[in-house]
Amino acid sequence: VTASAIVTGLLGGMDPVEVISTFGKAFNDNRIIAMVWIVLPVIGLLERFGLQQQAGALIRKLRNATTGRLLILYLLYRQLTAAIGLHSTAGHPQTVRPLVAPMALAAAEKEHGELDEATAEKVKAYAAATDNVGLFFGEDIFFAIGSIVLIQQTLATYGYNLAPLELALWAIPSAILAFFIHGFRLWLLDRKLRAPAR
Amino acid sequence: MITLHWLYVLAGTMFAAIAFLSALDRSNPKHFGNAAFWGLMAVSLLAGDLIGDFANGLLVLGLAGLAGFGFIGRSQPPTTSMEERQRWSEEVGNRLFLPALIIPVTALVGTLAYNYTAVGQLGWIEPKRETYVFLALGVLIALATIFAWLKPPLLAPVQEGRRLLDAIGWAAVLPQMLAALGVLFAAAGVGEIIGTATRSVIPEGSIFLTVLVFGVGMALFTIIMGNAFAAFPVMAAAIGVPLLIQAYGGDPAVVGAVGMLAGFCGTLMTPMAANFNLVPAALLELKDQNGVIKAQIPTALCLFVANLAIIYFAAFR
Repeated sequence: VTASAIVTGLLGGMDPVEVISTFGKAFNDNRIIAMVWIVLPVIGLLERFGLQQQAGALIRKLRNATTGRLLILYLLYRQLTAAIGLHSTAGHPQTVRPLVAPMALAAAEKEHGELDEATAEKVKAYAAATDNVGLFFGEDIFFAIGSIVLIQQTLATYGYNLAPLELALWAIPSAILAFFIHGFRLWLLDRKLRAPAR
Repeated sequence: MITLHWLYVLAGTMFAAIAFLSALDRSNPKHFGNAAFWGLMAVSLLAGDLIGDFANGLLVLGLAGLAGFGFIGRSQPPTTSMEERQRWSEEVGNRLFLPALIIPVTALVGTLAYNYTAVGQLGWIEPKRETYVFLALGVLIALATIFAWLKPPLLAPVQEGRRLLDAIGWAAVLPQMLAALGVLFAAAGVGEIIGTATRSVIPEGSIFLTVLVFGVGMALFTIIMGNAFAAFPVMAAAIGVPLLIQAYGGDPAVVGAVGMLAGFCGTLMTPMAANFNLVPAALLELKDQNGVIKAQIPTALCLFVANLAIIYFAAFR
């Protein structure tokens, strides 16, 4: 990033001192973005008292669902927790690998019997995909997140001074559509798994 | 009046405390690198207005150098063991989520109250910055609640914050760097170059095609760079601001927020976003390392179309 900044400035006809000064001023003007990290001590403290273990316990309660329904509920869980700033309670190492993927596989075997390798791969890939979709289309509803503050600061450069909540509000329609689009695909996955093995 | 400066002091103090504890942490072979990195962030937040533009520029070069040459590394600050956490979680249960909820609720309620009741007339807070002020207030209330309720050691918030911040590493300054890069793009006229080229391709006055090019640009740029954050300042400078917002009068909040989400659809489709797409494939021991991407492509494409439609219909009401 820094290298491309310097190259851009030099190509734009600035001298090196001017480039460094402009970049330094811009960095300084955008310090508000660093504000989002003040939530880390709170999240860290809650993790100290078992936040991730509690998230795991919640997810384990979904045990009696089918694969598709389990993943739909996880999608909802991921979107809702990301929307309130708890995106770090779940994730591929924290929840998908130890909980969601094994539970999705177990549910698929209950419905379908023994899974062939391609189907097992597919179920696992869908578990990881569900985590990503839930995270990406949930986290922007929480306004104190890098992307929202980056949008706000970039637009402010051009004189559009928006409140972060206005931007976060516009992340909601996409989040709802993401739930229905990905949820529909998970429902289709369930139907495919229920079809008798050929 | 509460200004942004107060918030910088709060965040700067946190970074300074983290830098200080990093310097003392001999268990981490790179402890001085970490201390220098978070220390520079603290200097920027606490004294950025005093040291001048050129010194700020050197500070950024220092951050980039420390990160680029691998001088920073993950640490293991003192925390609880897995068994202790399990015990706490069984004892406390779902109430553990409540302190985290304090932060967004305080920010939301505070912002609404400030804007729609008489409190806002008092002018206590710098205009348009009230959400950040209430965010900070929410964090402080949440910390006080946790201290009163679970009684952690005094240094625990700093150590736990350091644990998470070190895990994020240099990526923690990436959004700020990219925003600064966007400013430089604007100063050097990069956007105008791409914008002029785009304008010569898109027929004058076609909002639909301009939205399409903006969205495709966000997604493609993200697929190449692996990160929508990097795409946004460029596409905003090239198309988002000059064409969609200025020429066609689009709502900047919709163009900005949903434009970024169109970029996120690109993130779902690219191996360059290794953390999200390749690492989980490895973690789950998939034979096909692109298996996760393949599972995501149909969702990503549908959502991409949906996001374009939202921009087209909601930004140009």
